[in-house]
Amino acid sequence: MSVAYAYDHAPSPCGSLRLRLGAAEAMLRRSGALWLAAERALIVTDLHLEKGSSYAARGQMLPPYDTRETLKRLAAEVEALSPAVVILLGDTFHDRSSEERLPADDAERLRDLARGRTLVWVVGNHDADGPRALPGQTADELSLLGLTLRHEPQAGFQPGEVAGHLHPAARVRATRGSVRRRCFITDGERIILPAFGAFAGGLNVMDKAFAGLFARVPIVGAVGSSRVHAVGWKSLAGD
Amino acid sequence: MADSAVPADLLPPRFADWFAQRGWSPRAHQLAMVEQANAGRHALLIAPTGGGKTLAGFLPSLITLSERPPSNTPRNLHTLYISPLKALAVDVERNLGAPIAQMGLPIVAESRTGDTGISRRQRQRVKPPDILLTTPEQLALLCAWEGARLYFESLECVILDEIHTLHSSKRGDLLALDLARVGTFAPNLRRVGLSATVDDPEVIKAWMANHRPDGGGNASIDLVRGPAGAPPIVDMLLSEGRVPWSGHTAQHAMQEVYDVITKAKTALVFVNTRFQAEFAFQELWRLNEEALPIALHHGSLAAEQRRKVEAAMARGELRAVVCTSTLDLGIDWGDVDLVIQLASPKGASRMVQRIGRANHRLDEPSRALFVPANRFEMLECQAAREAIAENKLDGDPPRVGALDVLAQHVMGCACSEPFDLLTLYDEVRTAGPYRDLVWEDFEQVVDFVSTGGYVLKSYDRFRRIVKGQDGLWRVRNPETAQRHRLNVGAIVSPAVLAVRIASRRGQAGRKIGEIEEGMVEMLEPGETFVFAGQVWRLVGVTNMDVLVQAAPGADPKMPSWGGSKFALSTYLAKRVRQLMYDQSHWQVLPSDVREWLEAQRDRSLIPEEEELLLETFARGHRQFLVCYPFEGRLAHTTLAMLLTRRLERMGAGPLGFVCNDYALAVWAISPLDGINFGELFAEDMLGDDLEAWLAESFMMKRAFKGAAIISGLIERRFPGQQQKSGRQVTFSTDLIYDVLRRHQPDHLLLRCAREDAASGLIDVARLGQMLARIKGKIRHSPLEHLSPFSVPILLEIGKERSPGHAGETMILKEAEADLIAEALQ
Repeated sequence: MSVAYAYDHAPSPCGSLRLRLGAAEAMLRRSGALWLAAERALIVTDLHLEKGSSYAARGQMLPPYDTRETLKRLAAEVEALSPAVVILLGDTFHDRSSEERLPADDAERLRDLARGRTLVWVVGNHDADGPRALPGQTADELSLLGLTLRHEPQAGFQPGEVAGHLHPAARVRATRGSVRRRCFITDGERIILPAFGAFAGGLNVMDKAFAGLFARVPIVGAVGSSRVHAVGWKSLAGD
Repeated sequence: MADSAVPADLLPPRFADWFAQRGWSPRAHQLAMVEQANAGRHALLIAPTGGGKTLAGFLPSLITLSERPPSNTPRNLHTLYISPLKALAVDVERNLGAPIAQMGLPIVAESRTGDTGISRRQRQRVKPPDILLTTPEQLALLCAWEGARLYFESLECVILDEIHTLHSSKRGDLLALDLARVGTFAPNLRRVGLSATVDDPEVIKAWMANHRPDGGGNASIDLVRGPAGAPPIVDMLLSEGRVPWSGHTAQHAMQEVYDVITKAKTALVFVNTRFQAEFAFQELWRLNEEALPIALHHGSLAAEQRRKVEAAMARGELRAVVCTSTLDLGIDWGDVDLVIQLASPKGASRMVQRIGRANHRLDEPSRALFVPANRFEMLECQAAREAIAENKLDGDPPRVGALDVLAQHVMGCACSEPFDLLTLYDEVRTAGPYRDLVWEDFEQVVDFVSTGGYVLKSYDRFRRIVKGQDGLWRVRNPETAQRHRLNVGAIVSPAVLAVRIASRRGQAGRKIGEIEEGMVEMLEPGETFVFAGQVWRLVGVTNMDVLVQAAPGADPKMPSWGGSKFALSTYLAKRVRQLMYDQSHWQVLPSDVREWLEAQRDRSLIPEEEELLLETFARGHRQFLVCYPFEGRLAHTTLAMLLTRRLERMGAGPLGFVCNDYALAVWAISPLDGINFGELFAEDMLGDDLEAWLAESFMMKRAFKGAAIISGLIERRFPGQQQKSGRQVTFSTDLIYDVLRRHQPDHLLLRCAREDAASGLIDVARLGQMLARIKGKIRHSPLEHLSPFSVPILLEIGKERSPGHAGETMILKEAEADLIAEALQ
């Protein structure tokens, strides 16, 4: 029996992957977001807004369009799902002064997200204080449907943990070479979400940072162009 | 020779005596170069290898420097020599040392390359030698230092060696810009070009000339021609009855190659890829019963190992060196008496260059042996032999300077001293590749350098270069300048990892060379591969190191070497087509090939010269369409991508394709012979179809990465590998590409990437010429089963991966035998 079938998951028509996570039912969206329908909660992590300008400040002129790109993708998810709560799972800003550099129209896009729904900023290592002027509640961690939502995955057995921070990416091997994609990684007990930011890089799930986090061999949900692909560990490669 | 026509008093007695003591007389072109110098004229010397070309270039400087009065104050740089290869700069330093020492001249000549030690490089900046021998990258670096103007202001002569290999590339763009820069610092600078035989000297003149309005352009450069030299003797190894139908390794011929090596004094064995080099080296040592000293030389080996091989070669200790293009150029090894080309040469000019490595004496012919690896290559080798005999060469077209290179240059200028925008624009246009640069493009480049060139003007406060109150542009701060200097150069190679021997505790030990990232991706820990002539087991990959252990005797799993990295030149392809289609010409061909062509004529057809042969047939459960454009793998891959898009739209359901240098095959479930082929191959596929495919293709992404690195948008080491709490997070340029494409599709770098992809990576121009040529001339040959021509291309299917395993080889052999039997039944 291949490992991938040992998990309770199934594709859905919109390209998402449906997954049982402890007692909760979750949708792994092909945007890289997690959708908890029972609470109408949309969870995204590691937006790294204003990463472009963060580099520009140090003399590397990366395109200044990453924030609007990321927020547009998020707005499209909000449009599609009408969530009651949007949870930003940490490292929403790339650095401590990102919020000051945020262009006015992008700040407005963020305020729009908070209109008519709850916006929660779970704080991460890049943005430990939460937003200064933007709306929303700040939290270190959050409980929802028996799940624990926090930025950085904790060591050891953590059933029900939903986290980000590590930017998981998978290199999937096929007969004719390999492709590298952002991915979800889960053992059915806990899950780590891919970074949502347009300029956020990925860390290969073979990296030792992921070792010891999972109770059994995990599977990944690799984010493809039309859907999330469930891929077993044996089909993965290092970088 | 016309030596007597030139006044002998051109040479001071010390030099005349030196020639006489060696029993030499100066050659006419050497004296002509002295005359050029005396007249203060720029010169382009075209002479075959072995004609004393390098000495001809340096002779005027040696004479001038030898006649200087003694001085108590430090002197400035007098002559700058630029070589396309580090090894060549080092070699010329050695060769120049001889006359300087023998005549006792008070002249210091030193090389400076990326391999030169830091203390020597620092000293060279403070106390320059009289003659500095260096590379285009080092020149770019020197030009980006503060004080560049002072360093170069008394420069009198710049010598550009092997100029034909440089001018038609981004490195050539960068060098031309730096030449313009140095030309501003030293207005009386004399430019001297040295080149092997070229097709069109005007192209090179235009590249090296100073295009200042009063500079005279091409006309300011005098052409000096060396003697023609004896025509080379080029043979082809026939391996009667054993030349395979496909493949690139020439494994069948290794015993014969070895036998030829045993009879030669010293042989250079040229191959086209590093992996072919490794393979041939292994095979030759397997056969090496006499334990002849046979060495290996290619770009992945550690620099010190290459230096060792070069030194042993110079001492005459080696009998053969297996090498790649790293030894194409003028390293002077007098004892080489035979050049062997394993697998096809791909271009006549490159081959002339390689043949020139044998025998550095003009009056004796060089000897070369072609070893075709398959039957198509036998045609190609024959065509190349005829082209060489007729002295017909394939030339590079002139190119327009790339804007990403210009961006790097502008930044470099700002790092060295404040500049005025208009003055710099005028200076840049004195460089050949940029002489038609329009102001709008220049302005856009400067805006890019300053703030990234974005429509969204949010980076104005982060400018890398700023305009001061004096109206001059300067670099923002020393740190920005320092970072620029770490990233100069226009060579973008794939990411390379260091191969290191793992210690017992699995730690990184001695470095044995470098390997491209893509190669490592195909290997798993525990698997074996051949590198630097030995078999290694992969222990693991950490950061930028590949850790290995020796695995002597293991049967290696060698990563794919995927044929030749050079595409067949347009000119040679045309000759191959002519040779093939002219049946009266066939008698010059080896019998293996003749029989194969005859079988093709009888079972399918041989088209006319300008026609495109297209065959359709069924095989197994697949329906095949095979055509033979002979335009090289790049153009074929592009054509195949576009054809499959069209076939998809026509509802023909293409399943896959495969390409080589000669042909391409597409297959589907249902028959493909009912298609309107004129429509399928219509030229308009280069319009929207191309654009749509290109935007999504990995080649655009690769081209974008190259442009991003060269232009300074991203730095070579950072943020390509960003450290996140000590771990590697890959932040790829693909992310930048995707975002930029959506938000500013006309951005400067996307423009650069599109141009690069269309020219270098997918060969759109060549494809366009081909489609125009075959319009209305497609010869369709519907067949019952496959044709003799189609065997090689069908054998490529499923062969992408390692041919190293014995089992796999057997399966392939079996498949090959079946196919050949089927084609001839």
